[in-house]
Amino acid sequence: MIDVINLQKSFGSNQVLKGIDIKIEKGDIMCVIGPSGSGKSTFLRCLNCMEDPTGGQIIFNGVDIADFKVDINIHRRHMGMVFQHFNLFNNKTVIQNIMLAPVLVGLQDLKKAKRQNSFIKLTNLLRSSKMKKDLVAITTSKAEIKQQAKENAMALLNRIGLADKADVYPSTLSGGQKQRVAIVRALAMNPDVILFDEPTSALDPEMVGEVLDLMKQLAKEGMTMIIVTHEMGFAREVANRVLFIDDGQILESAPPAEFFGNPKNPRLKEFLSKVL
Amino acid sequence: MGDFSKKVDAFLDAFINQNGYAKVLEGLQNTLLIAVLGLVIGILIGTVIAIVRVLPKYKVLPRVLNGICSFYVGLFRGTPIVVQLLVFYYVMLPLLGLRISSVNVAIIVFGLNSGAYISEIMRSGILSVDHGQMEAGRAVGLSYWTTMLKIVIPQAVKNILPTLGNEFIALIKETSVVSFVGATDLYIAFNMIGSNSYEFMVPYLVMALIYIVLVLLISLGIKIMERSLRKSDRRH
Repeated sequence: MIDVINLQKSFGSNQVLKGIDIKIEKGDIMCVIGPSGSGKSTFLRCLNCMEDPTGGQIIFNGVDIADFKVDINIHRRHMGMVFQHFNLFNNKTVIQNIMLAPVLVGLQDLKKAKRQNSFIKLTNLLRSSKMKKDLVAITTSKAEIKQQAKENAMALLNRIGLADKADVYPSTLSGGQKQRVAIVRALAMNPDVILFDEPTSALDPEMVGEVLDLMKQLAKEGMTMIIVTHEMGFAREVANRVLFIDDGQILESAPPAEFFGNPKNPRLKEFLSKVL
Repeated sequence: MGDFSKKVDAFLDAFINQNGYAKVLEGLQNTLLIAVLGLVIGILIGTVIAIVRVLPKYKVLPRVLNGICSFYVGLFRGTPIVVQLLVFYYVMLPLLGLRISSVNVAIIVFGLNSGAYISEIMRSGILSVDHGQMEAGRAVGLSYWTTMLKIVIPQAVKNILPTLGNEFIALIKETSVVSFVGATDLYIAFNMIGSNSYEFMVPYLVMALIYIVLVLLISLGIKIMERSLRKSDRRH
């Protein structure tokens, strides 16, 4: 689904990613670990072009999204992202946070279809009766888009047990609640893959569990996930592949049993001996 | 105090019997019109400039726009507003062959001028919003502009509201220079009353009171607005 070919990223003269090749299939749960400053977060942020790659390709559903000419916003709709610091929209209530993108994107598409239709109508005036083009079918309306997004958001909130918090602002939530809302905000777009950038690093220890539990649920349902994390236990339990990145390169890529049980790369051995 | 009550009588006579109140109302209306519309124009211009100035700058177009905006801000902050009014009214209009009433000229000039100041206020407001907000918006597939308008700007405005109120109050007070181009404001109105009654003490005192009341009312309005915008905060 995502095919990363020789991905490179430099900040000025500082090359952070030195050519990364990796294939991510549908249903993969890939954990990325590595020391800080190794480029693992940059790697993740390059996948949805949050940082523009300076070299290489990222083929996502058949399109090279590292190409500047591609409208990245369309592809990002299919790639959720969860941040270390949650980044919930502070000026929106919890339910608005979840609804915002689906509603705006739905309205945008609706507007586009309407514009297309009026253009077709205009050009049809000049066409002979046989050549007339058909209008684009519009099956939905503003109210319907909003209603649907709201129902979907409520269902997601029910799922994480925060339905009673729908109308409060994020500033009143605990860290764990914020991160769970952030995860369902990403889910609301029905993404093909979700990128997690150290989702539990900013949480109090007692709140880590609730977030990891939700992520485990998603994993069970077959969501494709790429997770930068320091939670070795989680990686071992949930991932089907673990990557070790250091100095901008993938040094080891293996299933968790092999990765933790029988590491080959000396740098990884040293790293594991420190953190485990 | 007999002297003072005589002065008050003279003022009241000029204010009520010689149509002074009409002039004052006209002046008050102009003052408010210039300040409010100037602020609205200023906020629009300021927001656009602020957004341009925080655009990522590795493409050519943002750089060019940024240069133009810097020039604009430099120009309008670098000259006194009286000079801008005079230049606009007595130099630009004749050169362009336009006829615009002095009040409208004042609205335009005050808008352009406060746009320069508000752009800097707004820019600091935008920079005060955590970059993660923009990233989160972009990550769910919203465009830069949509995220800016729906997420970042509302939070920026909340942060700068006290400063923006300051700007509005300054604007109200600065409008007293529009008489330079012949527009009737509070000063002109009370000056006329003074001339009619040959007595300036009470008219200018009342003028000062009106300004103070205006500013107090505005401060109150800002406070109420702030409170409603702070809903999403835990500070109350």
